Amino acid sequence: MATRSLTLFPVRLAGIPSWVPVAVLLTSAYGIVPLLGSTYLFEAILLPFLCLSLAAVGLNLLTGYAGQLSLGSAAFMAVGAFGAYNFSLRVPGLPLLASFALGGVAAALVGLIFGLPSLRLRGFYLAVSTLAAQFFVQWALTKINWFSNDNPSGVIDAPPISLFGISLQSPAGRYLFTLTVVLALTAFTARLVRTRTGHNFLAIRDNELAARVIGVPVLRTKLLAFVVSSFIVGVAGALWAFAYLRTVEPAGFDLSRSFEIVFIIIIGGLATIRGAFLGAALMVVFPLLLSRVGSLLLGKRFDSGALDLSQHIVLGALIIFFLITEPDGLSSLLGRLTAILFPQNTNHNPKQ
Amino acid sequence: MNTSKIHIPGGRLALAAILATTLAGALPSLHADEQNFPLQSYRVGPYAAGGTGFFGGFIDYLNLVNQRDGGVNGVKLTWEEGETQYDVERGVEVYERLKNTPGIAAWNPLSVGIAYAMIDRISDDKVPLITINHGRTDSTDGRIFPYVFPLLLNPYSETSAIVNYIGSKVGGLDNLKGKKIVVLYHGSPYGKETIPIYELLAKKYGFTAEQIEVPHPGNEQQSQWLEIRRANPDYVVLRGWGVMNPVALKTAQKVGYPVDHIIGNVWSNSEEDVIPAGGAAKGYTAITTQATGAQYPVVQEIVKTIYGSGKGNLSDPKRIGSVYHNLGILNGILNVEAVRVAQEKFGHRTLSGDEVRWGFEHLKLSPERVKQLGAEGLFHSIDVTWDNHEGDGFVTFQQWDGHKWNVVSDWIAPDWKLLRPIIERSSEKYAAEHHITPRTQASAEAAISPSGAIENASAPASVAK
Repeated sequence: MATRSLTLFPVRLAGIPSWVPVAVLLTSAYGIVPLLGSTYLFEAILLPFLCLSLAAVGLNLLTGYAGQLSLGSAAFMAVGAFGAYNFSLRVPGLPLLASFALGGVAAALVGLIFGLPSLRLRGFYLAVSTLAAQFFVQWALTKINWFSNDNPSGVIDAPPISLFGISLQSPAGRYLFTLTVVLALTAFTARLVRTRTGHNFLAIRDNELAARVIGVPVLRTKLLAFVVSSFIVGVAGALWAFAYLRTVEPAGFDLSRSFEIVFIIIIGGLATIRGAFLGAALMVVFPLLLSRVGSLLLGKRFDSGALDLSQHIVLGALIIFFLITEPDGLSSLLGRLTAILFPQNTNHNPKQ
Repeated sequence: MNTSKIHIPGGRLALAAILATTLAGALPSLHADEQNFPLQSYRVGPYAAGGTGFFGGFIDYLNLVNQRDGGVNGVKLTWEEGETQYDVERGVEVYERLKNTPGIAAWNPLSVGIAYAMIDRISDDKVPLITINHGRTDSTDGRIFPYVFPLLLNPYSETSAIVNYIGSKVGGLDNLKGKKIVVLYHGSPYGKETIPIYELLAKKYGFTAEQIEVPHPGNEQQSQWLEIRRANPDYVVLRGWGVMNPVALKTAQKVGYPVDHIIGNVWSNSEEDVIPAGGAAKGYTAITTQATGAQYPVVQEIVKTIYGSGKGNLSDPKRIGSVYHNLGILNGILNVEAVRVAQEKFGHRTLSGDEVRWGFEHLKLSPERVKQLGAEGLFHSIDVTWDNHEGDGFVTFQQWDGHKWNVVSDWIAPDWKLLRPIIERSSEKYAAEHHITPRTQASAEAAISPSGAIENASAPASVAK
């Protein structure tokens, strides 16, 4: 069971044990990418990709697994970022990882408070009440100067990253740090959804009444989903501020960021860990690819603004196309793709 | 203390030289005769009006220098645009994408958020970051921020200049005693930045400052203006942004507050702010670092040379000489002159970012030099030094007559002496948080050449403080 939780492909490849793809991916992520990657790859692609993936893993736990729609992810990211900043600023000598964890705990507490309406509200009504978190947190962070250490413009600079005295301030260092945190929390989530608690999440999502009848503690489980999800999203926000942008203003965590994370899990696939990563990859990498191709092909004739607008149209059309072809998201699309590529490897012919 | 001050800059420079050498080896060789300006522009999105005007003016001026003079001493100016929509993440992406272009002179993002995200990066890469009229106030302190230049006007200076102007309207700063000023500010980090300075100046001059927030985006201000009506202040300062400005002017008219007692700040001073307000804006005054209009020789040359040959960057030629277009032209002048200053020191060739930084730190444009550049009346002067990265910019005030802006004041100086200690307190706090040792003048004099060697022509002992 433990290996299944880390399975990368939905279909087992013939003759290859399921740990091999994981090992290959880990080796390349830890061994090859840091050696060969350019600064651009780290700063513009991998760091935002990893941070958004983690946020999507967190939201997927709440929305995909437990069925509680939230539009407040960016707010929890902001709490995590500002929390980690304030803990590391105000508690001298606090190790970086501890301030990240405390930032996550702060986000979890805020998540708990804004999760309370979920006890009475469902679906769109709950989504609207999580919007309150979005607006309230942004307002509080702008209004109360203490959060940004009385910095007149309310923008904070993240302190340098170091671990056990080793500076991780280089792009590759920040990448490795982010990768490790993201992988650890992803592994935790993958494990969690296969425990009793994870099954309770699914039960509540599928039918709350039935879940109550079979003895699932609905209230506690819902709040737990909010707490764990907000913790993960909060750590993702701290990574976003500390490792990726290295600066943060409350406006960076606005409603459109919340929507972006919701889109990532819808496009990637609800209730899949893999989907969060696939969706984040699409949202980060695709616009960049489009902009490169667009400026290569049309750069001479149009200004950057017109190019940018046309990319929006192409990206929008592609998202619609993906969702029509596979409403269950990229994760499911990947499953069908591997099934087509390796038709003999389905579970029906285990001997081949 | 003293020994560390002597040793650390040297060590840092040696390290930087090694780094730069490795970098130079890894990069493609520089073109002998090109200097590049990467542009993180925004031509779409909510702030497109400012973006198209500013970057249009900047490009128009670079084009003019290329076409009229064949570049700066034969070094051609090039640029490349990346659209950011004013988003920080996109700004970072464009930075990482364009930063390996050979021969980068300086970055000019015109966005507070993007500028903040770039401070660490450009400091590592040793390339200047220009935030004309905006940016972090404390980056004025060149001891702590060697590569950041909030040229001409930082938010604190702007505040001080506005108060000085109001002082001149009431017959001297002494007469401010007992007066009442309301500051109507945008509910954002940008809007809040000047709150402590208004309080400080109110205490100093004895006026009452009432500061009222307008929540973003500011398209409903009835309650704020009723409050202003009740307070009945002598002046209202509008510290707005985007749609908030025309709405403020219209609401002021509705509640009957006289428009000629409303003073706009530097981001409430464009045609885009007053035209939507229609008649309600007639008589409104706003601060600016560069006068409006196309009558200045340099703007006329752009009209003739660039727009005459169909190479103009603005799609609507009516915007030539508008506030943002002239700001872009002025920004072009300052960048190009910094390159010129640095070329006189280091040679007529492609310069490294660090050499251009030296150029900015010796950018002194006297009113005579400004006249030579065809910009007399467009802006006053600038005098940037190694530790003053703002450069003592002067401001003027313009009044909207319903059709165009008219200059209604002399060039006014902010109270730099009063502001400097506050700026230093803030920058020193930043230095402590980031473990930065303040630079000395001697280390500011040295610059790293494109090949990674350290150039230091002047004698450090004679200039060291």
